[in-house]
Amino acid sequence: MPVDSPVVPVALTVNGKPERLEVDPRTTLLDALRDRLHLSGTKKGCGLGQCGACTVLVDGRRVVSCLTLAVMNDGASVTTIEGLGTPDALHPMQAAFVACDAFQCGYCTPGQILSAVALIDEGHAGSDEEIREHMSGNLCRCGAYANIVEAIRTVAGQEG
Amino acid sequence: MNAPALSAVIGQPVSRVDGPAKVTGTARYAAEFVPDGLAYASVVSATIPRGRIRALDTSAAEGMPGVLAVVSHRNAPKLPYLERDQRPPVDPKSGDQLRMFQDDKVLFNGQPVAVVIADSQQEADAAARCIGIAYDETEPTTTFDPGRGRPPSEETAKGGRPGAAGRGDGAAGLAEAATTVDVTYVQAREHHNAIEPHATIAQWDGDSLTLYDKSQWVQNVVVEIAHVFGIEAGKIRVISPFVGGAFGSALRTWPHVTIAAIAAKMTGRPVRVELSRRQLYHSVGFRPHTLQRVRLGAAPDGRLTAILQDAAAQVATYEEYAETTLQPAETTYSCPNVATAYRLVEMDTNSPCPMRGPGIVTGLYALEAAMDELAVALNVDPVALRLKNHADINEKTGLPWSSKALKACYETAAERFGWADRIAAPRSMRIGTDLVGYGMATAIYHADRAPAEAEVILFANGTAVVRTAASDMGPGTYTSITQIAADELGLPVEAIRFELGDSTLPMAPVHGGSITLVSVGSAVAEACAAVRQKLEALTGEGSIAERLRANGLDRLAASAKASPGEETKRYASSAFGAVFVEVRVDEGLGTLRVKRMTGAYDVGRVINPKIARSQCIGGMMGGLGMALMEAAEWDPRFGKVMNANLAEYLVPVCADTPALDVTFVPSEDTVLNPLGAKGLAEIAICGVAPAIANAVFHATGRRQRHIPIRPEDLIGT
Amino acid sequence: MRAFTYERLDGDSAARRRADTTDSAYVAGGTDLLQLMQEGIAAPRALLDVSRVGTDGVTAELDGIRIGAGTRLTDAIEDPTVAARLPLVAEALAASASPQVRNMATIGGNLLQRTRCLYFRDVTTPCNKREPGSGCPAQAGENRLNAILGGSAHCIATHASDLAVALVALDAEVIVERRNGERSIRLADFYRLPGDTPHRETHLEPGDLITAVFVPIAATGLSSRYLKLRDRASFEWSLVSAAVALKIDDGEVTAARVAAGGVGTVPWRLPMVEDRLLGRTIDVATLQLAAEAAAEGVDPRPGNAFKVPLLVNAVARALAAVADQELAR
Repeated sequence: MPVDSPVVPVALTVNGKPERLEVDPRTTLLDALRDRLHLSGTKKGCGLGQCGACTVLVDGRRVVSCLTLAVMNDGASVTTIEGLGTPDALHPMQAAFVACDAFQCGYCTPGQILSAVALIDEGHAGSDEEIREHMSGNLCRCGAYANIVEAIRTVAGQEG
Repeated sequence: MNAPALSAVIGQPVSRVDGPAKVTGTARYAAEFVPDGLAYASVVSATIPRGRIRALDTSAAEGMPGVLAVVSHRNAPKLPYLERDQRPPVDPKSGDQLRMFQDDKVLFNGQPVAVVIADSQQEADAAARCIGIAYDETEPTTTFDPGRGRPPSEETAKGGRPGAAGRGDGAAGLAEAATTVDVTYVQAREHHNAIEPHATIAQWDGDSLTLYDKSQWVQNVVVEIAHVFGIEAGKIRVISPFVGGAFGSALRTWPHVTIAAIAAKMTGRPVRVELSRRQLYHSVGFRPHTLQRVRLGAAPDGRLTAILQDAAAQVATYEEYAETTLQPAETTYSCPNVATAYRLVEMDTNSPCPMRGPGIVTGLYALEAAMDELAVALNVDPVALRLKNHADINEKTGLPWSSKALKACYETAAERFGWADRIAAPRSMRIGTDLVGYGMATAIYHADRAPAEAEVILFANGTAVVRTAASDMGPGTYTSITQIAADELGLPVEAIRFELGDSTLPMAPVHGGSITLVSVGSAVAEACAAVRQKLEALTGEGSIAERLRANGLDRLAASAKASPGEETKRYASSAFGAVFVEVRVDEGLGTLRVKRMTGAYDVGRVINPKIARSQCIGGMMGGLGMALMEAAEWDPRFGKVMNANLAEYLVPVCADTPALDVTFVPSEDTVLNPLGAKGLAEIAICGVAPAIANAVFHATGRRQRHIPIRPEDLIGT
Repeated sequence: MRAFTYERLDGDSAARRRADTTDSAYVAGGTDLLQLMQEGIAAPRALLDVSRVGTDGVTAELDGIRIGAGTRLTDAIEDPTVAARLPLVAEALAASASPQVRNMATIGGNLLQRTRCLYFRDVTTPCNKREPGSGCPAQAGENRLNAILGGSAHCIATHASDLAVALVALDAEVIVERRNGERSIRLADFYRLPGDTPHRETHLEPGDLITAVFVPIAATGLSSRYLKLRDRASFEWSLVSAAVALKIDDGEVTAARVAAGGVGTVPWRLPMVEDRLLGRTIDVATLQLAAEAAAEGVDPRPGNAFKVPLLVNAVARALAAVADQELAR
């Protein structure tokens, strides 16, 4: 017979704000963000790490939040799309995505943007080819890739 | 008030008005609403292709922590499933839709047979795995065998998908031809795979039902669910402000919407149903596996004497989804003799459904690949062959085109692409270890329009709200309609808020078939004109705000309905395009990369060139996936798609992106609608796959008559 | 997911607590295990998190290079020692998965990732790896992605790791911490051929924890190429991959290490290719002859017969690329 899940405490810093949660250990970081903290900017696309829609930054590195349990991230600092900017004060990458029309339906977009921000930090914006390769963990079914690359190139150029 | 400045905003590359919401994660999609007391569902899918449920053991699941209910045919309410007076255009015209939990029958592998509702998604998912089901299997029909094909039913035929169509005498036309080709093409079963999974949240309040749903047609969801449950449509509200891609998969109301409503009813809680990626392959539709035979005949000068195109497409056993696959054979070229034959191959599978460019993109793949073969047989340039057979009128209906700039598309795209540099002989262009191939194809997609209503409200603070129950699954409806209203009202874009995606708003047609802009846009333009008239009837002068205040008004509203008229009887309307592609093939490694694509399109007046270009590059990427990657790996022993995920069902990634060049040729179609637009979602994927396939032939000299074309097809021997 | 208990281990507790029953599992990156758990393929009762037990990091030692099992793939790629002395490993890792997954997945976990065989991944179909004795639908089914080498009537699932292909070419060893001490297993001996027990994939014993992989000094610093072929340009497991490392002195091959991925039920070393290179003077014909030996012993199915020429050509192309590097040296 299945056993009762004991609930486990987890402390996260999400977008700079400390959060304490009691979670079922089965809860992925993605589900904790979406269903517990109601930060639905982090998207669920496949639940298996195959689309990148759930990309967030954990301690500054981009990860797919569907393939890690919330409990495994105890003590970690998580940045979601809500932590980058607001509609009235967009992060430069968010602004570039709007300016370059780097999305259509918008569902993969938060993951793309977090991946893009991380990509520049990683130093992988050296060429369009390098950007394309290092953005390949984020599927965009609307096919906005060319504009996504343009948005990243623009921001990288400004920062460079 | 003065007449609005002529096209102050229309035609401008305005950034998406919903962009800030999308890039900050504040745009809310169906699964993201949080009604108080939300419970979570996990759908249990059948694991056999055909038979009956003999036994269903839910005891373990029911005893698991957090589980609120397990619902199956044993305890689900009997639902009336009333037949609608007229089936909506998004539903098959014949057969019976799948009914949820009404009996023990299993009609395909993956059919929903039960649902677990629990306090958390984790608890629901765990319990769903603990439901034991025993089946009595019956011999399934799971092979795609075109020999079993049958003509569509009368209802389907009446709906524009006849078993036979054409003009003249196809056989005679073929007999008189100096040159013929007779070729067969296969296209794989493809899945929409929008990144947002289908999801519905259902919430009952007494006998009223609210559904937060991923939908391309909220008002049809209302009518559909009203018929399923036998309740008044007025008791149902459907909310869907953002749709995370759909490409046709959210046109009709799928069974999981009913499941959500049943689950919420039985638990007394709002319930979320979110399908897993694996479930999406058997819970919503797909582009059907299709085999086509094309026979073309041409006179020595290249003029077509015959087009014969036959198609056989897979279909479910319980209802009859059919496509307009063979329409391009009748409309794309001038030809006196056309004969088409359409067959459906019944299989124990979930029902297919429209996927971007439905039918047309499939038929065009075969037709345009065959045209390339004919060009080779005639030893003429593929563009020249198409120009030679240009259809000056729609020869299917005999009606003139309301607008057509296809010749300009060929010319513009060929020029920008550098088609003149192409060496005609296959295998004659090479860079390093790569063979280089240039290919092209025609794109065509009929331009339609449907009745729509809109309401416009002006406020004394100088802002306006535009309302209609349309959707925006990504093409930019929010933005383009706002631009139309801005021009009509003489207000800046920022002063206008466009509300859509709520069934209580004024009537809007289905968000599909590239009709939204012309249909809804026309209604919005008329509503704006109506409110302007009211405004002009007021005393005083100055801005909208000043006029309202001068008359002591807080607001001023007007509604309008816009419908297509007699013009549809006098004209045929279509979007057109020409797509040119360069591929690089490394035969040693079986590697194929699309280097660049150039498309020129006649889509009428372009309301927003920035967003329109995005549509086109998106369609190009979709077509690239179709040509080179996308294929459901179907195992007939199990009657299911084996690669039902996003790791082994491949769609293009960023690294696959070629250089993409998009041009809109000058065009305006004021016959179809006063805006002069023609719609452009579908046209953008049309012609891409055959252009790539034709380029592959040009590169390698070997004809691949199936898509996707993969390394196994390209590796040299 | 079935309910489980979760416990995070540190360096001390790891020595005491063991994932030593079939119902318990270690997790570090989680990038494969979470997929297996979400899909109902794995259902551990206890999850022991070893991501913070301190097995990460790369060390250059006198007799070779040690890559800690807990090292994230990205960190291994960017490690200067790996980049300079194990470029084959860096290249294989860079071609693996996606940037996000590489930030999470660990070296040890990567070696233990399960096959992508479509039937293994779908719990509603039989699979001898998942349910011993249930059958192998891949034999006569959708086997485009399956193995052409090392299969049996019971299983033709490919090993999915790119890293393992590079490491097996370099004679790497797997360092395993066992209750009674540490032992080292040659990676070439680490994996089991499926035979009639495809569910037993490695020679690990219950409770064993991989702590590192070790590449002997003789295999370091070689010119190399990891050539990965796939349907799309990135983010896909390989159809066929070729790992090649060579040393050429005065035109003569003095070291040859060749392995292939996407083709074997285990990472597949190609000793016959190496034999046709060692001691030979390098030229086009020699390389081609050597590459053709890659196809020795293949047992393809109709759906994956294309992998045979693809394998030969991939090996040939990688050999040529490395030979060019070496000759230019």
